[in-house]
Amino acid sequence: MSTWTRKEGTEMERIQINELSLDLLTAGDGPPLLFLHGGDYFAQHQEFFDRLARHWRVVVPRHPGFGNSERPEGFRTVHDLAYLYLDLLERQDFGKVTLAGSSFGGWIALEMCVRCLERIDRLVLIDSLGIKFGGREERDIADIYALPSEELLRRSFFDPTRMAPDYARLSDDELTSIARDRQATALYGWRPYMHNPGLRQWLHRVRVPALVVWGENDGIATPDYGQKLCRSLPNARFETIRQAGHYPQIERPDGVADAIGRFARAEVL
Amino acid sequence: MKVWHFSEIAYHPAWPQLGHSYRVTIPSRLYDPKVGADLYHRYLDEWALCDELGINIMTNEHHATATCADSVCTIPMAILARETKKVRLLALGMPIGNRNDPIRVAEEYSMLDVISRGRIEMGFVKGVPFEISPANTNPADLVGRFWEAHDLILKAMTSHDGPFNWEGTHFHYRQVNVWPRPWQQPHPPVWMPVGSTGSAMEAAERGMTIGVLNTGWVRTPPIFEAYRKKAAEVGRPMTPQRLAYMALIGVGNTREEGWRRADQILGYSRTSGIVAPQFMNPPGYASPAQSAQALKTSGAGFRAGRIQSRDGRNIDPRTMTVEDAIDAGLVFAGTPDDVFGQLRAFYDHVGGFGHLLMMGQGGLLDHDETVANLSLFSKEVLPRIVDLAGG
Repeated sequence: MSTWTRKEGTEMERIQINELSLDLLTAGDGPPLLFLHGGDYFAQHQEFFDRLARHWRVVVPRHPGFGNSERPEGFRTVHDLAYLYLDLLERQDFGKVTLAGSSFGGWIALEMCVRCLERIDRLVLIDSLGIKFGGREERDIADIYALPSEELLRRSFFDPTRMAPDYARLSDDELTSIARDRQATALYGWRPYMHNPGLRQWLHRVRVPALVVWGENDGIATPDYGQKLCRSLPNARFETIRQAGHYPQIERPDGVADAIGRFARAEVL
Repeated sequence: MKVWHFSEIAYHPAWPQLGHSYRVTIPSRLYDPKVGADLYHRYLDEWALCDELGINIMTNEHHATATCADSVCTIPMAILARETKKVRLLALGMPIGNRNDPIRVAEEYSMLDVISRGRIEMGFVKGVPFEISPANTNPADLVGRFWEAHDLILKAMTSHDGPFNWEGTHFHYRQVNVWPRPWQQPHPPVWMPVGSTGSAMEAAERGMTIGVLNTGWVRTPPIFEAYRKKAAEVGRPMTPQRLAYMALIGVGNTREEGWRRADQILGYSRTSGIVAPQFMNPPGYASPAQSAQALKTSGAGFRAGRIQSRDGRNIDPRTMTVEDAIDAGLVFAGTPDDVFGQLRAFYDHVGGFGHLLMMGQGGLLDHDETVANLSLFSKEVLPRIVDLAGG
């Protein structure tokens, strides 16, 4: 596996599902947590996964077209990813899971939840995309493809100098994996941009308890967007993570993991 | 050999105000329609003059840029289809992977072909990466969209028995029925600009004519060779008429005059690559392996190395001199003898080609100078090359 340094207790395995071949990372022991990653910076999630693995059995699929995972020709929309992971939940023996998604992965999680909650206990959205709230001339989600690289980093991280990857030091395999992540993100999310115009009207179906976690300094989708998302869900609460941007689980892995833990333990929201 | 006069018909009056990007984000308040109208008429006059000079006409298109004010390549062709009588009209071309309606493209080309009484040649282009943002088309499936549009347009132009159905991956129609049908049968010649051996092979398989732009002395031979090889492999008849080369041409009564003209035309090369880096490589436009290399150099090197001297040095197009550009094979310039000599050497070096795409105007070269350049070329160079490549 190219972008994942395998650590003890962490497995990256190749699974077959619906005749497609997918990389699946698993770590830890405990109640199952399916984490759907966002469009970029996958290699920087190790600390977060390690932290989660203390209390959870963490399951992280690399989406079709990302990393080393195959993308069948017919996989062109986020709907395909949602059905794939609903199939994954049915076929793997996880029982009911805590479903978590970051950024683009949060969008996939929402598409799953409006379809079927049978195997989903609760939902965690981390700076999730997927919904359009504003008018046609308002930009809810920053156009990451039109931002100069420095500004993109500033909007993505509270501390870009600490978080920005040093691409010059990465291997060709690692860089190719990142390029595949970006290519696939564009394929699924280019137009309409990082959202499904029809999704908002079905959010009432997300009847499981939900935690909406947001990086206080997120400049890709602001905390205000997160609040609107939270208010659109029937049973959700909102929590901000200080000194974190669009990927709080990378910048503040403990903070996000603790928030998820508190949420899961709370009996009443 | 056929010669075609090409200009990107720049809106150069805005150039001094543009800074780090000449494309995508530049505000149109910098465009003065009154100045722009004069420029359009002037450029159209230069193309129309080609009908008298025996030089064919080529247009192209770019979007949201001051380097090319031709945002719809078929609009000047619509004017010239009536204004000219003899020469052929090449639109190179239509960015069909970025246009949402291929049927509209088939209609535009068919109308032009009929109005011009069969003088249209149809270019289909994938488009440079910075065309993605103005069209907001998905860069990650551009190639699939391009070929599906290509197939649909050709089928639409060659089907004459009423509507047919098209429910593809990217385009959906249930009653495709293009009127008028084209003058030329089964359809006008099809062109594609290419910049790589891979694209050359795709074109060869389909018998398209390829136009190579800015590939010069070093990058052109492998592209032409890949085309010839693939054409032979698939059993397509190979003639030099399948290959076109674009050069910037400045010809004068003295070498100094020719070089001065070439130097002004080089304003095209010096400006057309100035683009804010975030628009240079949208995700999925290039292969993951190519994008991985771009990441390594923070994207800065992504388009570096596109222009090389004969001995393999990278030349920065923004500061390229006439001497550099002649060495790189991008420019033929000087007296008619100089231009013929450089052209002939290049022709032999790449194994021959049937079309010379002559940028006879570019950058700041003004109307009188352009007319003089085209006229002198027509009088002194054209007769010497017209029989090359079997005419």
